[in-house]
Amino acid sequence: MSATVAEEGIQKPQVLRFWSTTTGKKAVMAVTGAILALFVIGHLIGNLQIFLGPDQFNGYARALRHLPELVWPVRVILFISVILHIWSSIELAVTKSEARPVGYTRWKPAGSSYASRTMYWSGPIVAAFVVYHLMQFTFGVGGTPYNRLDTYGNVISGFRVPAVSLFYIFAMALLCLHLRHGLWSLFQTLGFYHPRHTPRIHRAASLISLFIFFGFISIPIAVMLRVIPPIL
Amino acid sequence: MQLTETIETTRLWRPGSLSLAANAPSGPIERAWDKARFEMKLVSPANKRKHEIIVVGSGLAGASAAATLAELGYNVKCFCFQDSPRRAHSIAAQGGINAAKNYHNDGDSVYRLFYDTVKGGDFRSREANVYRLAQISVHIIDQCVAQGVPFAREYGGTLANRSFGGAQVSRTFYARGQTGQQLLLGAYQALERQVDAGRVKMFPRTEMLDLVVVDGKARGIVTRDLVSGAIESQAADAVVLATGGYGNVYFLSTNAKGSNCTAIWRAYKRGAAFANPCFTQIHPTCIPVSGHYQSKLTLMSESLRNDGRIWVPLNKGDKRAPNEIPEAERDYYLERRYPSFGNLVPRDVASRNAKAVCDEGRGVGEHGLGVYLDFADAIARLGRGVIEERYGNLFEMYQRITGENPYQTPMRIYPAIHYTMGGLWVDYQLMSTIPGLFVIGEANFSDHGANRLGASALMQGLSDGYFILPYTIGNYLAAHKFEKIDTLNEEFRAAQDAVAERTSRLLQTRGTRTVDSFHRELGKLVWDFCGMSRNAGGLEHAIGKIRELREEYWREVKVPGAAKEINQSLEKAGRVADFFELAELMCIDALHREESCGAHFREEHATADGEALRDDARFSYVAAWQYNGGDPPLLNQEPLSFEYVHPSQRSYK
Amino acid sequence: MKLIFHIWRQRDRGSPGRMVRYEKDGLNPDMSMLEALDVLNEDLTIKGEDPVVFEHDCREGICGSCGFMINGVAHGPLLKTTVCQLTLRHFENGQELYLEPWRAKAFPILRDLMVDRSAFDRIIASGGYISTPTGSAPDGNVIPISKEAAERAMDAAACIGCGACVAACPNASASLFTGAKISHLGLLPQGQPERASRALRMVARMNEEGFGQCTNIGECEAVCPKGIRLEVISRMNHDFLKASWAARQPATD
Repeated sequence: MSATVAEEGIQKPQVLRFWSTTTGKKAVMAVTGAILALFVIGHLIGNLQIFLGPDQFNGYARALRHLPELVWPVRVILFISVILHIWSSIELAVTKSEARPVGYTRWKPAGSSYASRTMYWSGPIVAAFVVYHLMQFTFGVGGTPYNRLDTYGNVISGFRVPAVSLFYIFAMALLCLHLRHGLWSLFQTLGFYHPRHTPRIHRAASLISLFIFFGFISIPIAVMLRVIPPIL
Repeated sequence: MQLTETIETTRLWRPGSLSLAANAPSGPIERAWDKARFEMKLVSPANKRKHEIIVVGSGLAGASAAATLAELGYNVKCFCFQDSPRRAHSIAAQGGINAAKNYHNDGDSVYRLFYDTVKGGDFRSREANVYRLAQISVHIIDQCVAQGVPFAREYGGTLANRSFGGAQVSRTFYARGQTGQQLLLGAYQALERQVDAGRVKMFPRTEMLDLVVVDGKARGIVTRDLVSGAIESQAADAVVLATGGYGNVYFLSTNAKGSNCTAIWRAYKRGAAFANPCFTQIHPTCIPVSGHYQSKLTLMSESLRNDGRIWVPLNKGDKRAPNEIPEAERDYYLERRYPSFGNLVPRDVASRNAKAVCDEGRGVGEHGLGVYLDFADAIARLGRGVIEERYGNLFEMYQRITGENPYQTPMRIYPAIHYTMGGLWVDYQLMSTIPGLFVIGEANFSDHGANRLGASALMQGLSDGYFILPYTIGNYLAAHKFEKIDTLNEEFRAAQDAVAERTSRLLQTRGTRTVDSFHRELGKLVWDFCGMSRNAGGLEHAIGKIRELREEYWREVKVPGAAKEINQSLEKAGRVADFFELAELMCIDALHREESCGAHFREEHATADGEALRDDARFSYVAAWQYNGGDPPLLNQEPLSFEYVHPSQRSYK
Repeated sequence: MKLIFHIWRQRDRGSPGRMVRYEKDGLNPDMSMLEALDVLNEDLTIKGEDPVVFEHDCREGICGSCGFMINGVAHGPLLKTTVCQLTLRHFENGQELYLEPWRAKAFPILRDLMVDRSAFDRIIASGGYISTPTGSAPDGNVIPISKEAAERAMDAAACIGCGACVAACPNASASLFTGAKISHLGLLPQGQPERASRALRMVARMNEEGFGQCTNIGECEAVCPKGIRLEVISRMNHDFLKASWAARQPATD
């Protein structure tokens, strides 16, 4: 065996070599981001059923509770995605800060969108929101009244607290920004570019993120405006 | 051919005793290069890696030579003063590269390209060299295509060509207006591949400041590291200079600011003969000077003359806006004087005519130094879209610099120094009069005679670098024995000390004037008296003035900063010091050549209607000047004979 | 006209630097930014101060030597223009201009506005070429290349390697530069044999040099003097991912 073969033997495995590049980590972010975005859309469609009344909404929640063979794999995938998304973003944040140790005294954007430049802000705040959101509606430790079997009631009593609703709306605004850039950016990162489709993807990303924003915030607003009534 | 006169000793020059043998193979010219290659000694593959070769310069010639030599197995050290080899000034060539492919089936051939080049050079180049250049031209295109140079294509996928600079066949290959850039990037990438493979060691930001000759052979160079300021020596078995032309002697030229003559001038002072220094080419289509602060002139591709019409007002001092001057009061002087070639006359003719109409007081623009290049007719005939497709980027550039829109108002253009045909004398093997010192590309004098055709500079640089030097250098290396040499030896130390001494002298002068102010003044002198047209009185005057100014330079120049740091003023100061010496030799050469040929126009030697008048009986030779210490330089002659293309008076009427 | 310059002065790689203010009157709107600095440097030289070091060579926007930040934008306010072709008529009389060098770990400052961009050369050396030893090429017309492919390759090949993309990127990423070369060669039939290994090697080298990641924000595209498009980064990502996914890894060393 020659020395070169021996050297190849100790070379990094393919997957680590992939992960060691920024392009590889970005691809991981893109794929996990896409999974999370799909979940967000599914979650929104589920949530909007609240407008159909408590029976429909609680029924939907109950159905999910009775489908552990569906819910748990989804939860595992989501959990792994969140971990990988955050992990790669942290590693890339380190890379970013090392890549320019001394900043400019002045810097002016010449062509980037606000959304794209604020991914490192919107991401962590949305993550913090998700933690609170899970505490509030999944584990019942969010400081608002909680009944495991009455999801509808939990939402109503949760969003009756103005601070909770405002934080929710704020987080949704950031999520919208995050998705506006993320949804088209993931195509670019995964190497898809098309002179006609890419501008369409751009527009679609804006529309979808706005839809998500208005969809989600419609619930706390409707609750606060008493459009969605509590169960009497 | 026998020369009819022997050289006389004059106040300004003396006869030299070099025998300048080109050593081109005898026999039919078509087979000369094959024959030469067969007769060359070869270096065995195992021995190639034992040879070190220094290549100075990383433009088309230097990068292609360094890459090819490394591919062959030699150890190469490549030097450039820029921060990366990709920045060499070849990158700025716009128009294209000629090759006798005859892809357009319009009657081109190797012989026709050879013929056109010899004729275009006004019969002052060496036939065998030019023939070889035309032969190799076709291989260059193949090589560059294979490297990924994105040449323009026809819809069917074949290579596109255009006619360029007055050629009557379409033989110019191009990549938009960035042909030089794309060819250079091809060579640069080939070079970087060898850097990665460990066969080339690249020395960017390193300037050659002297040549080291040991036992009569070129064995190394002295360099200054432009970051640390360290002066060091490098030894090798052969030295290749690919350092480009010396057009910056004029201060204002289309050359890059860093382009300089120092490497070839140092070699001259170590014994290499300098050939035809007065053959400097003026490019007719540059953006005119806008003010005294002007730092360089920007070239607009000559291809513009394919569709633009050149004119000035018929009447002196007509200051109306161009669009207000009626057709009848415009003088399309090139179309008038040269009905068959019109706006496509060769560069020297177009330039001299522009100067002539401006000297008559009919020039346009604020300073009266400009002529119009008008696209109104072309836009009317072809539509704006076609013009935009052909010249869009040039129009944009023009507008960026002048603030005027050439779609609406005619461009203003004026000639500027662009290329230097003169350079170090080399034989058929591209070796100078110092054994082991090879000179390629614009730095040598070999192929363009007294005037270069458009799109031929890129061809020559790549021909020398890819296809000629790699053979001929092997022939030299195989024929000689090389003792290992140490840069601590006497010659190296002496050269290094001389460089250090010169550097500190420049720094210690601490005068009152900046380097640029001297350079500007020198440039104006050379432009006025050794530029587009020359006469004996003017040249004598210039020589005196240059000497005075040079003395003042060494007394009054102010170079701030220190030697051991990045010091751009010091870099410039050394280069300008050499320009002073070269400028004098240019004027002497121009004075001695009492004829007009190609770009060298002596007012005393013109036909009745003002065209250049060659004197083949007296001047059908290459003037190769030799340094003679403080004494006047020595003039040596390499007679030129024309067996294939018979000298005739050029006519573009 | 008059301009007030605030210029980053730094003696050498190791020294600290600072912004220094210079007022310069008597400028002409037709001057280029570099000519204005020439004039300033003439003054400084006569006054016995060190002139401002800045890189420049061709002064016609093609060599890629020049470049610095003007008021926080790489190459200044005019689109598709390097500082050597940026004339003063784009500024107002009396305007304050902040001139700073490109800043990136991979581009250490050498002096004042001059930085070391040799990392770019090393990225090219890692695979930015087609291996064609001199003499081995077939006739230029043997492989037809569609006009469109040639034009698109040329779009990417127009890169001048100035480094503005890195300077403008908040992450100091070299993706536009690297992607441009990968696209130029990958769009041509001659570039196919080495396409996979080229992407793997160049991306790895780009990371080793300390450039940051691409977050697709498009600052690079906006400041690029040659109008290189973000598309080239997508192509780089595509080639890299495809090569990484391939069952057989191409040799990268």
